[in-house]
Parts: sequence; structure tokens; C-alpha cells
Amino acid sequence: MTAGLEPGAVIDGYTLEERIHQGSMATLWRVSSSDHPPLVMKTPLLREGDDPTAMVGFEVEQMIMPILQGPHVPLFIASGDFSAQPYIVMEYIPGESLRGRLERTPLDTEEVTRVGAQIAIALHSLHRQHVIHLDLKPSNVMFRDTGEAVLIDFGFSRHDRLPDLLAEQFRLPMGTAPYISPEQVLRIRNDPRSDIFALGAVLYHLVTGERAFGFPNSISGLRKRLYRDPVPPRARNPSCPAWLQEIILRCLEPDPRERYQSAAQVLLALRNPGQVPLTERARKLRQDGMLTVARRWMRTLGAAHADSWQSTALQIARSPVVVVALDILGSTEALLSLIRETTERVFSMHPGARLACVTVFRTSRLAVDYTVDEEGRNLRVLRLVELKDWARPLGLEDSRLTYHVLEGPDPASVLVDFVRENHVDHVVIGARGASPLRRYLGSVSARVVAESPCTVTVVKVPQAEEEDEEDEEEENEEAEAS
Amino acid sequence: MRLALLTDLHANLEALEAVLEHARRQGGAEQFAFLGDLVGYGADPGPVVDRVQAAVATGALAIKGNHDEATTRGAPQAMRSDAARVVTWTTEHLSREQLAFLGGLPLSIEQGKRLFVHASAVDPAQWIYVLSSVDAARSLRAVRARQIFSGHTHTPGLYHLAANGSVGVFKPVPGTPIKLTAFHRWLVIPGSVGQPRDGNPAACYALLDDGTDVIVFHRVPYDAERAARKIRAAGLPGDLGARLELGG
Repeated sequence: MTAGLEPGAVIDGYTLEERIHQGSMATLWRVSSSDHPPLVMKTPLLREGDDPTAMVGFEVEQMIMPILQGPHVPLFIASGDFSAQPYIVMEYIPGESLRGRLERTPLDTEEVTRVGAQIAIALHSLHRQHVIHLDLKPSNVMFRDTGEAVLIDFGFSRHDRLPDLLAEQFRLPMGTAPYISPEQVLRIRNDPRSDIFALGAVLYHLVTGERAFGFPNSISGLRKRLYRDPVPPRARNPSCPAWLQEIILRCLEPDPRERYQSAAQVLLALRNPGQVPLTERARKLRQDGMLTVARRWMRTLGAAHADSWQSTALQIARSPVVVVALDILGSTEALLSLIRETTERVFSMHPGARLACVTVFRTSRLAVDYTVDEEGRNLRVLRLVELKDWARPLGLEDSRLTYHVLEGPDPASVLVDFVRENHVDHVVIGARGASPLRRYLGSVSARVVAESPCTVTVVKVPQAEEEDEEDEEEENEEAEAS
Repeated sequence: MRLALLTDLHANLEALEAVLEHARRQGGAEQFAFLGDLVGYGADPGPVVDRVQAAVATGALAIKGNHDEATTRGAPQAMRSDAARVVTWTTEHLSREQLAFLGGLPLSIEQGKRLFVHASAVDPAQWIYVLSSVDAARSLRAVRARQIFSGHTHTPGLYHLAANGSVGVFKPVPGTPIKLTAFHRWLVIPGSVGQPRDGNPAACYALLDDGTDVIVFHRVPYDAERAARKIRAAGLPGDLGARLELGG
């Protein structure tokens, strides 16, 4: 069908202007129409007697694309049926894909981190929409002028709430060899952590200039990643910091349970290098010894990951990023310990949750910024020490905890920005405290409730325990803001 | 046009009215297809038949189910005893006109690429259950239609059959639009309006946009307690009421 298409042809009112990409399964055209800016039309490559991958993949994309939203996917415009000329028309994203940058690899740490964070945000947005991409690779990542990553090509993707047309269709693993996750090699298609693995493989490539697992072209070659760890990035590029190696190798863990449990958690790590707990992964400079590999290999025999998640939504829900916002000086001991109890309650239900303990260091709008001087540094360290002291009784391992001393003249807006930028799922914050400063500032918690794009739990000490008139304004024990 | 697909109503007036209301108000349904088993089990066969008959008078489709047939011809030997008892009761509680309407329903209706049939299309009069992807593939292979809409199993389900013979089953998530793509063939079971059996007591139906081939499965909570009370008050087997409240 597609073979006959040439520039100038008109399909359902779209004029084919230029062939912009010819892939093995589809052709991309730049098209024009009277009522739209330039658009892209994708047409499947259908050959007689061919295996139906291209066609089914195209149908999968036709099912998934219309229900995706947000800046991290191309806007869907229209699609045409197989009865005539099958096509999908979508927004045109100018520029080149991340693939173009592979020629410049190794990239510096700053660029890798920035690109990684953008992809993590895009993946998290996709996962929140019940979709696992399952073919994340540099050529499927584009960027908007504003910097956001845009994921393209959903031909191998899986939507939790739609029938998986690909599951029964093929007996071979689907995906792209250098990036495909171990569970995809085992033909498991319902684990969003597969995309975390692919993200690790992309970051590895950007940092080292080489592919973590080469480009195997056999099933046994693909299976190797179930037990063989890649050469550590720092062995290939000594300028790769230990924390970045930790993040990359953690994404590349063969067992999805050992990886970051959500893309938002990768984002949190990339954005807070100083807080990444360094393990053996960060330190190693050569691949694991034969004994370790042999042990891992034994485990993979006949392996399918038993606890593969049933749904993307569930995996995301079980792995929230929780922020606890603390004003240690301005809060009573009773409130601080109640916030701790509440945080424990949130955590007991979510083994995959991450906690970010946040406090805001208030700077004056007018006065000279004293945080830059010696006294300011000391104060910041002091806040950090207080946060750690508060969190210690929670008994959370380092890998699940980060601490953040933020700064700004307006604590509520600093907190809300943090929540937004890190795609936080849940905020725990104390109700207005008793300090004179708080009285002067007004209620931070009320503003966080109103302005945060997620659930906010406001913790309040029962009146009998803490008799104070300030609390009267705070009426919500628990409020949802969205 | 948006077509609401309702099956296995089973004389449950409360469930039917809740579904019709939902389909018209929230779903924007413009037409209806009733996929059989209008009666049996429930305490309101007359009012349910009347509503379906009124809809058919304005263009709705309706086909016959095994309970409808038993009500007009007498329960077959193979029928479960509680069902058979209700069949006799139902026959007694329908007018001659209502029985004639049930008796006159077709076993299947084919409209272009779509086939509406109560059970498996392999042999509609045999009332074969479609409970697995193998059953679904058999039903699809028995006919030319690209899409089959059926009931009988009381559990929502969606099956797809590819050109290479591979078949898949999917448990629909209520409220999610699903495109019935053209390369595959599809078998749609909306689930029962009047007696859901998947552990969720809410009534089932599906809404098809016949222009875009997009289908949405829905669940509609309704006053199952009232429907159950009526069953007990009518002297019908109490279990039939209890299962409405449990959805199983």
C-alpha cells in the first residue's frame, strides 16, 4: 500500500510534502493541510507475505496515541483505516532525535543528567497514563524547543487498559536489541520498570559512547543481559562520577525489583546527585566475577520474574515519591512526632515509596542574602542535621531517603515548586505552628494544599494536646488539592 | 451513531432502568441493541419486555436468548432447576402479547461487518458459551462478520483474533475507550445487565460508536437490594436475589 505513495499525493485532505524518515516498519511524511501547521503522517510499510509485526504495531499505535495527553507525546490529529490507506497524523516535532547526539558521545555529565531527567519526566508522564513504552531508545526521543523530551513510536507499547494485540502475536522478544530489558527478552510486557532499564541503557550510551550490551542479534545474545552485568561506565569513561554510575547501573539491574521503582525516582536521583547513596555499584571498575555471574545465570534458568506487576498504574501507585515538609524550629515536639507517625502510616502501605524530607530556609527579599556567608552555610548545615535527626526514628534505609534544604523568601511557593518539579505524589505537612513567625507568614500548609498538583496531608495535633488559638484557621485534617 | 449494547437483562427492572438512564444521559446513546435473555431469574419480566418492545418500535435491535426461548416453549431438560422454576413462573406472568414478542425474536442479526447473537455464533440455537479465547475464535471463524456482539456468559470480555490465527482475551476496564481495529476481528461481551457474575454487583453494558468502531464498557451501580427483595417477595428462589447483591 505504502509503496505507491509519492510526494504530492493527497490522503484525506493531507498533502504529502516530503518523506522525512524511512524505517523498516513505517514511513514518516511531512504533510500539510489547510487548517493545521505542518504535521507528520506515519504510514505502515506493508509487504505481501510479510510477518504482520508492522501492521499490528501500527494498530497498537492507532489505539494508544489518541488517548495520550501532555507535552511528552506528539499530539494526535487523525488516523485512517486499513480499509483505505492506513495512516496516523500527528504533531510535527522539529529538530532531530537524541540519536544525533550519539555521534558526540561521550557527553559531559551535565548534559547526560539534563537529558536523563527530561526523559525520566516524559516516561513518568507516560506511565501515569497507563502506558509502558517498551521501545525507548535515542531515536525515539525528540525534544521541544522548551526542553521537554517527547517520546515517539508506540508500536511496541502496552496500555494497561487496552487489549495487548502484541502479546499473543509473536513468539520473539519485541524491542530494540541494545535497549531491551531482561523481562522483555522473557516476553513479559507488563512491567513499567522495563522502561527504566532502557533509560539506563540510553544513559550508559551517552556517558560512555558505547552500548552497555552491544548489539546482539540472537535470542541467546539477548538473554545474556539476564545475568551478565555491563562494563562499569567509569571503566570506559573515568570522568563519569560515581553517583552517575550508581544511577545507571541501578537502572540496569537485571531484576526489576533492584531498579528504581519509578521514573520519578530516577528523576529525584538525577536531580540530587549528592544524595545518591553510593553502593558497590558506584565503586566497581570491572564487571562482576565469574562466580557472581554464574550464580545469577543459575537463577535465570527457566526464569520469568514471578512478581511482575500486573499493571503500570499499580506499580506507579506502589512507588510514590512522598515529600514531608518540616519547619522544625517553628513546630512543637508533639507536631513533629505526629508528622513522623503520619509519614510512617503512608510508608507502611508502600514498600516502593521514596521519602524526601524538605525544609525551607527563608531568605529575605530585601536584606542582603546572608545565606552565602559563613553563618548562612552553618545554618544550612544545621537545618540538614535537624532533618536527619527527625527522620532517624523512621528507620528507612538511605536509598529510600533524601534531604533537601531549600531557600526562598516565600516558603509555600518554594515547596510547591519542588513538588511540581519532582513529580511528587504526596505531601505531608504540619498544620500551622505556634511561632510568631508563622503568625506573621500566614499558613504555609493552606497554600501548599491549594497550589500543589497532588494529594496533601495536613497533620494537626488534636486540640486537647496543643491548646492554641492559631490552629483555628486550619480546618482541614486532610485535604486534596489538584 | 452511539449504540448501547445490553444483554442478559433477566427481568431486572431496577438494573435495566439504571442502565438505560446512564446510556442516554452520560453515554449519549442514540440506539440500543438487546442481545437476548430479557427474562428469567428476575421478578419483573413484564415491565422489562415492555421497555425492550418500546425500544424496538423505534429502531432498536433485539435478539433471542435461551431464557426467552424457554419461556415461550417450555424449559429444556438440561436447564438448571432454579432457572427452570423461574421459567414456568415467568411464562405465567407474561401476557400473550409479551410472549409473542419474545417468541418472535430472531436468533441473530447481521448488519454489515457486525453480528449480534446471544451465545456462540457457531450454532446460535445451541446456546454455546464463549468462556475462553478458543471459544471466541470458534465463534468468529464460524461467520464472516468482523465483529461479534454477544452475551450469555454474564461476564464482560473482549476477544481479538488476528489474521495469523492468534487470539487474545482482555478483561475490559470500565470507562476506557477501546478502538476495535480493522486488522483484527473482535468478539465483544458487554456483561450482564440484570445478573452480573464477576463479583461486582453493578450492572454491565457497553457503548459502541459505530462510525469510529470505538467501544466503551460501563458499570452502573443500581438498587440491587430492591431487585432482590422483589425476587423474594415473588416467591422465587432466594439465592437468585442474594446473587444480585453479591454480583456472583
